[in-house]
Amino acid sequence: MSGATDHTGIQPGEVTAFLTDSTLCIGCKACEVACKEWNGISADGYDFTGWSYDNTAALGHSTWRHVKFVEGHITPGIGGNSAQQLSWEFSSDVCKHCEVAGCLEACPTGSLVRTEFGSVLLQPDICNGCSYCVISCPFGVVQKNEDDGRAFKCTFCTDRQKGGLMPACAKACPTESIKFGRLDDLQVEAQVRLATLQARGMSDAQIYDPTETSVKGIHAMFIIRGEAETYNLPPKPEVPTIYLKDAWKSAAFEAVAMVGAVVASFFFLGRKG
Amino acid sequence: MSEAESSFRENRLDEIRREASQFGTVQQPGIRAAGSPLPKASPQTGYYQQHLLKEPQWTPLVPLYFFVGGASGSLGVIGSLADLLGDNDELARKARHMATAGSAISSVLLIADLGRPSRFLNMLRIFKPQSAMSIGSWVLSGFSAFAAASTLADILDRQVDGSPIATFLRTVGRTGCTVLGMPFHNYTGVLIGATAIPLWNNRVRSLPREFGMSGLQSAVSLLELVGETDSNALNALGLVAAAFETWEGLDLLRTHDRELAPTKEGFTGALIQTAGLLSGPLPIALRVASLFASRRKRRLRQAAAISGIIGSLCLRYGWVAAGTVSARNWKIPLNIPDAADVQLQES
Repeated sequence: MSGATDHTGIQPGEVTAFLTDSTLCIGCKACEVACKEWNGISADGYDFTGWSYDNTAALGHSTWRHVKFVEGHITPGIGGNSAQQLSWEFSSDVCKHCEVAGCLEACPTGSLVRTEFGSVLLQPDICNGCSYCVISCPFGVVQKNEDDGRAFKCTFCTDRQKGGLMPACAKACPTESIKFGRLDDLQVEAQVRLATLQARGMSDAQIYDPTETSVKGIHAMFIIRGEAETYNLPPKPEVPTIYLKDAWKSAAFEAVAMVGAVVASFFFLGRKG
Repeated sequence: MSEAESSFRENRLDEIRREASQFGTVQQPGIRAAGSPLPKASPQTGYYQQHLLKEPQWTPLVPLYFFVGGASGSLGVIGSLADLLGDNDELARKARHMATAGSAISSVLLIADLGRPSRFLNMLRIFKPQSAMSIGSWVLSGFSAFAAASTLADILDRQVDGSPIATFLRTVGRTGCTVLGMPFHNYTGVLIGATAIPLWNNRVRSLPREFGMSGLQSAVSLLELVGETDSNALNALGLVAAAFETWEGLDLLRTHDRELAPTKEGFTGALIQTAGLLSGPLPIALRVASLFASRRKRRLRQAAAISGIIGSLCLRYGWVAAGTVSARNWKIPLNIPDAADVQLQES
């Protein structure tokens, strides 16, 4: 682990990323706490979901890290050596900082921008709370704070990164389940880690990084076990802008038809006598 | 908890205690009553069936804006063209004035919906072709300005005969209203279609058409309600729009994608089906009847207009509410087939 004053050595202009490894996560939620403390986010209240030990429930305007408690079926050899045990996985979820980001494309004010570290940043001083980004995120990350009026999401600790510090969650993680570094370094590291896990017999381990979809990859990759669906990670997330061409084409045809109908009806039926 | 169940649990605790003191360990798993924690996350149930997507956070002002904007855009086109093509000066003037009022109301509704209304001008900081919200803001602003210009020309005309300023304002205003009225009356279909909500992007091709024709029908209906019930041209336009809505409604009923469930089931389904009826077959019947009726022609036209307006309102509120229901569907974004819908509480 790096000390308090260690510089990450990453300069603005270099693309950074998270690699969150569920096989190392112990579910301590230090990342959630560190994120809230550093970013000054309000508490979520003492709500119990009732469906698992996960009482954070989901990412949202006041939750930028969310430790998922993935309690699976009884599978011998997984999550313990006794067949009586449930599998018991943890995975710290976060904004994916997509290569092509739905929220960023949708934002009409320019509040959402691509930073010098390649991440997606929502600037609260510009956001006017139109909430269009909320329904444009294929991962359900961004949310409007109804009390405040603006939308909020993970900043990737851009402020810390500018000062050469790693994001608060990565720094607080006691098992280095949350790794922070250059995107290309972490992509290699993910492959190495995957090979190690598979060599240890975890044949169901996989890297979640949807590069084959219109999202074109994410800057917050995950190592998970089993299927992505179990972690509420969409197998084929799509950026909503892919629907624009069809939508505008249809709108254009209808608009021309409407004007045509107006012209025809008033030309032929709009005369008196 | 029933008495029998609680005594069962108490007995089980006694049993565990006996077993622990006798053998030092408890062999069986502990109490797992139905409904107790530890359900499963799995490829069939997703993450505890929790929905991935966020629900739209628009207030009820937004569907109302979709209605007003749709009508206003169509009124702008009618107001700019009707008197050039026929003897419809009064009708066209009413349409222009209503388009101007409509665009002003639209702006108020949109600004009131913002989380930070005082920052509404931030919408005009940038122009972003890939954001339907950005294009919409610019179209609304432009249309409002052109509509105001053509109304101003009407006022000037009444004061001064043949004022060159009025001629200029009229030409610019009407051209602008026709050009921008086209996207303004149907862009909201694009706006909701190009999002991550499964229902909306499933209907991304039909929503702009349906919203556009619904806007045209509202425009025709509003003009009829302010006295233009003798215009055959308006009746023809109303018939075209209602026929189109009928066709779209039938297309929706014919399509059986699971994304479309919120348009067929529950409250949102009822709302959208009602919208289809009120803006499709019912106004067609009333408008056709008005053509052949010997008396009460005006009443029939007014009834068709009211039906069309309520239908258009139901359509906007129905589709936005159905989008909220669609966002709560945990299966579609995870590509989990309905057949794999297994019980959450599986032992």
